[in-house]
Amino acid sequence: MYVYDKHDRQIATERVEQFRDQTKRALAGDLSQDEFLPLRLQNGLYVQRLAPMLRIAVPYGMLRSTQLRRLARISRDYDKGYAHFTTRQNVQLNWPAIEDVPDILAELADVEMHANQTSGNCIRNTTTDQFSGAQADEIADPRPYCELIRQWSTFHPEFAFLPRKFKVAVNASEHSDRAAIQVHDIGLQLIRKDDGELGFRVYVGGGLGRTPMVGPVIRDYLPEKDLLTYLEAILRVYNRYGRRDNKYKARIKILVKALTPESFTEKVEAEWAHIKDSPTQLTREAIEKFQTYFSEPAYEQVPDEKESLAAKRFEDRAFDQWIAHNVDTHKKPGYAIVSLTMKKTGIPPGDVSDRQLEQIADLADEYSFGEARVTHQQNAVLADVRQDRLYQLWQATTPMGFATANLNKLTDVICCPGGDYCALANAKTIPVADAIQRKFDDLDYLYDIGELDLNISGCMNACGHHHVGHIGVLGVDKKGQEFYQISLGGSSNHNAAIGKILGPSFARDSMPDVIKSIIDVYVDNRTQEEAFLDTYCRIGITPFKERVYA
Amino acid sequence: MPEVITNDGSIIKDDWVVVERPADGESLDLPDQPALIPADLWLAGKEHFEGRKDIGAWFDSHQEPEILEGLVNQLGVIAVNFHKFSDGRGYSIARLLRERLGYKNELRAIGDVLLDQLQFMKRCGFDRFVLRADKNAEEAARCLNFFSQSYQAATDTDVPLFRRRAS
Repeated sequence: MYVYDKHDRQIATERVEQFRDQTKRALAGDLSQDEFLPLRLQNGLYVQRLAPMLRIAVPYGMLRSTQLRRLARISRDYDKGYAHFTTRQNVQLNWPAIEDVPDILAELADVEMHANQTSGNCIRNTTTDQFSGAQADEIADPRPYCELIRQWSTFHPEFAFLPRKFKVAVNASEHSDRAAIQVHDIGLQLIRKDDGELGFRVYVGGGLGRTPMVGPVIRDYLPEKDLLTYLEAILRVYNRYGRRDNKYKARIKILVKALTPESFTEKVEAEWAHIKDSPTQLTREAIEKFQTYFSEPAYEQVPDEKESLAAKRFEDRAFDQWIAHNVDTHKKPGYAIVSLTMKKTGIPPGDVSDRQLEQIADLADEYSFGEARVTHQQNAVLADVRQDRLYQLWQATTPMGFATANLNKLTDVICCPGGDYCALANAKTIPVADAIQRKFDDLDYLYDIGELDLNISGCMNACGHHHVGHIGVLGVDKKGQEFYQISLGGSSNHNAAIGKILGPSFARDSMPDVIKSIIDVYVDNRTQEEAFLDTYCRIGITPFKERVYA
Repeated sequence: MPEVITNDGSIIKDDWVVVERPADGESLDLPDQPALIPADLWLAGKEHFEGRKDIGAWFDSHQEPEILEGLVNQLGVIAVNFHKFSDGRGYSIARLLRERLGYKNELRAIGDVLLDQLQFMKRCGFDRFVLRADKNAEEAARCLNFFSQSYQAATDTDVPLFRRRAS
């Protein structure tokens, strides 16, 4: 994975000193709260309900074991011994002291990490598929492009004070979209033309939040060399014309909709015509150099373990389920991609203790070339595991709580921290996730239900991506009481869609039963091959409404 | 005389004043000292102001620098107003003036100009900064120079880091 050179190291060190200076001036009162606000946000520092929250960037979700161990140590030394995996592949600390943040940043810089632009009205961390580089159906590895975008967007002088936050995601898989690119401000789909040239399909103006939208395509094919100049053109149009009078109408999706995608595209293309041949155009050498940063690990020539795995699976049903649900096909014979599920009932989704961070680090060293990944579903991934070691890995991870075979099932809930931690939340989310997990604790029943994304957000900001959950749950405040609104039929995959609201919201106590009724409608109506989303698309929302509000 | 910060953080004094946009129906009231007037009014009275070294123009953040296409270098001083420091449109205006319209003379940042924004302004082509009155100009040099290099090309450099690395 990407390793800092002297330039990156110098910039990271200078950034720590700059933020130390800014913090000092803020604590001394030389910077007002309003003036410090964007500076600390651009460094991932929120002031929250109970304590500050520091969001640490994990570019495109990749972590080395040394970085995981450092995160563990930081969470122990400066926090309460645990951290949180976010829905954008980042890591959060929930209880750091403001005056410690410069020291935390120095500790991070030491292992080539930072908190740059993890919040604020600027270009945020670029996210991608957690299986990048290892999956079989990938057009090309998206990470070199993500790193090019990271560097281009870091402290970009023109785009540090955008109308609103700005998120870019890249997908490279042909058949799936684990990066949810169509609900990002910019979504980039890697494509390869018949002549072998690589480029991107460009989506702009998708997003969740108060006005959820699936982004339209504004360019069918953008050659890879033009990636950064085209992004610069989009950002410049947004920076100049995006609304700044109302923060709820300030995202680029509102501009795209107001201008119409056609007229927005014309503006971008006109701007791009001026800058496409500027020095920001990528060179062949630069692209190739960035590709070398993500070259393959030292895979061994080993055969697929079909027969020995089949025998083990026959002997041990729990292992069989784990292979079926938590292990994915690798592009190399004899290897597999393993998802470590972090959604054990009783633990808030995404929360990870210092000990667990170290366990993941040890597992990465032992089984996966010292690297792990964070997923936007708040799980972790070991991307390069030898098949002949899967049984051993499963045995090792079961007592750690990482082997619950529920990946992409109902209890693999995506959930923001909600009202327990977040100042923005209207309602708690963690107790809802917990109650649902407890209600559906029978794995066989979960497998029978099959693939189902349950996403829970505590407010309209939609950090829990509720709009794109097959079942989405949104916490709402009604006269000081917490209620929960349900939407159905959302998806963040290639067939991206925003879920439809089922009807009036529910009290927290009734949520597990309401979810159960929804599942019952699916089970009663499905054909043999249908997943929840297929049945929903076929029968529509009415049968669900009739049952739930009966 | 008010203090003005230069590109390298040193402090100079000059007596340029910013003339606010007159109310509807009112005419422009020029003072007896070098004056920056709204860019669209300069354009409207171009024949009248041509050749006057003591008249410059200022853009507000919602204005389009393109209105002065082909004319910018007739001006010795152009200013861009940040009516609120968190409004980033002025950065694009500055880059367009420099890189698109080829403006070569003095470009100053006015309005809600704070210390931590100077580094971005400088990279976008500003070379004079009128700091908000309650901020300490002595700190400008430090705040302009936290970083010894940058990742991307902008007005200040044609060579993004990926090109420097590849060579």
